[in-house]
Amino acid sequence: MSDAMKSVAIARMIERPNTKQFIKAIFKEFMEFHGDRLFSDDGAIVGGIASLEGMPVTVIGIQKGHTLEENVACNFGSPNPEGYRKALRLMKQAEKFHRPVITFINTAGAFCGIGAEERGQGEAIARNLMEMSRLKTPIISIFIGEGGSGGALALAVGDSVWMLEHGMYSVLSPEGFASILWRDSSRTAEAAALMKMTAGDLLENEVIDRMFLEPAEGLENNLKATTDELKKALLETLPELMKMDIQTLLDKRYKRFRKFGEFTE
Amino acid sequence: MNLFGKKNYFSIDNGERRGNDRKRARREPSIPDGMWIKCNTCKAIIYKKEVTEYKLCPNCDAHFRMSPSERIAVTCDEGSFEEFDAEMKPSNPMDYPEYEQVVLKAQKKSGILEGVVTGRCKIYGYDTVIAIMDSHFMMGSMGSVVGEKVTRAVEYATKNRLPIIIFTTSGGARMQEGIISLMQMAKVSEALGRHDEAGLLYVTVLTDPTTGGVTASFAMLGDIILSEPKALIGFAGQRVIKGTIHQELPEGFQRAEFQLEHGFVDRIVHREKMRKELGRILRLHSQKESEEMK
Repeated sequence: MSDAMKSVAIARMIERPNTKQFIKAIFKEFMEFHGDRLFSDDGAIVGGIASLEGMPVTVIGIQKGHTLEENVACNFGSPNPEGYRKALRLMKQAEKFHRPVITFINTAGAFCGIGAEERGQGEAIARNLMEMSRLKTPIISIFIGEGGSGGALALAVGDSVWMLEHGMYSVLSPEGFASILWRDSSRTAEAAALMKMTAGDLLENEVIDRMFLEPAEGLENNLKATTDELKKALLETLPELMKMDIQTLLDKRYKRFRKFGEFTE
Repeated sequence: MNLFGKKNYFSIDNGERRGNDRKRARREPSIPDGMWIKCNTCKAIIYKKEVTEYKLCPNCDAHFRMSPSERIAVTCDEGSFEEFDAEMKPSNPMDYPEYEQVVLKAQKKSGILEGVVTGRCKIYGYDTVIAIMDSHFMMGSMGSVVGEKVTRAVEYATKNRLPIIIFTTSGGARMQEGIISLMQMAKVSEALGRHDEAGLLYVTVLTDPTTGGVTASFAMLGDIILSEPKALIGFAGQRVIKGTIHQELPEGFQRAEFQLEHGFVDRIVHREKMRKELGRILRLHSQKESEEMK
């Protein structure tokens, strides 16, 4: 199996630790908040406030379950527009109180359904991209599993974007890529390799800034090893970002995303 | 006499038949040469000369897909359009096999180098930046060039304190450019964020079809969002939704009228009235009076 397919399989494992487990392992006193104040509360997005060694932070993540029952409650980690709007509400709240925002990303993609379209899935994602790009407080985004397209990007316009070793991030699933471009879904492995969706590839093209190794025995068997590293990295990075002048922070964030694109003229 | 059963007309794709949409749009760039054409909405065979510069079906008023040059001709003051970044071409960030050939073929068929034309122009004497996407070029998909040209146009507008009008039409991200195409969504959106902070006007005109990553970024960020009648507008493709929920989709799902009803479009504007409508919007956001519009 190619490295890419191996990571795809690991990222999607039902045992893979989810956002709530990461929050529990890294932060204290997590207090979950609900609802977008517009329509409802989306179980696919978990968010609230917590303490990182005494520093108040806002934590938001896409939640997947380990059982069918859990997955029904969080829609298998595919947010609806109200989920993205809840995330944005909590980010604006973080901005008001000048708390940093930490997002955890793990989704096959934004939900594709009639209700999601009626309530403006496209508008919800678009709004998050624009508002995150100018949010006046630091944002760190961490890919802990799957990173499926616009539904992942909607929580990933951060000052620093991190990923676990077997995380992935792509414009669409390797299955979708193979069936759309080649009309042959059996070429999934080939697509995964070509799409440069692994942490190593993404580090190389600067889509992510940092990669965190996972324990040899599997993340699900030793979450602490990785969350300790993440916590250490957050404690190093956040105070620096918090000290930074807001305009400098925003200019750096702007440049971070402005640079992407290859063309000739 | 028609011995070989060959049709003596061509079909025009206006987006009613969704199934082979991508393929069809590539195969049939705008209105081909021929005396007769067939409207895919009302199925009428129409005499080509009856189709005006607005590219409407004379029988059922369906809005056929337009190229940027056709759009400029019916939107901008005559001779006022100055193009930006006309020479920008894609490279191959993912080393996708045969991407260069795919692009060359699309360029040959569409007669343009990439999926968007940007520039500045006047509409009823009002200066504005304008970007017009083209569904005839790889289904208006957004890769590096579309993202960069639109971002530069937005930045130019911010710097020169001008409004920007974007005509959208897109199947979504340019898959052959992988994750780099996804990053274009963030890039354009952040540029629009700064244009917005500067207190400047952004008008989106949604045309058929506007979907995927373009809907989930700049298409939905206009201060004012206009749409052409019956344009397909949505995030997810209809086949994907059907495959996810295993149900038939309701009549008119994701059309402009549906988006208006659900609160995502300000106004549906007939193509013949679009120039006037844009001129009025520009006037109401400007200190300057226009002689022509009074």
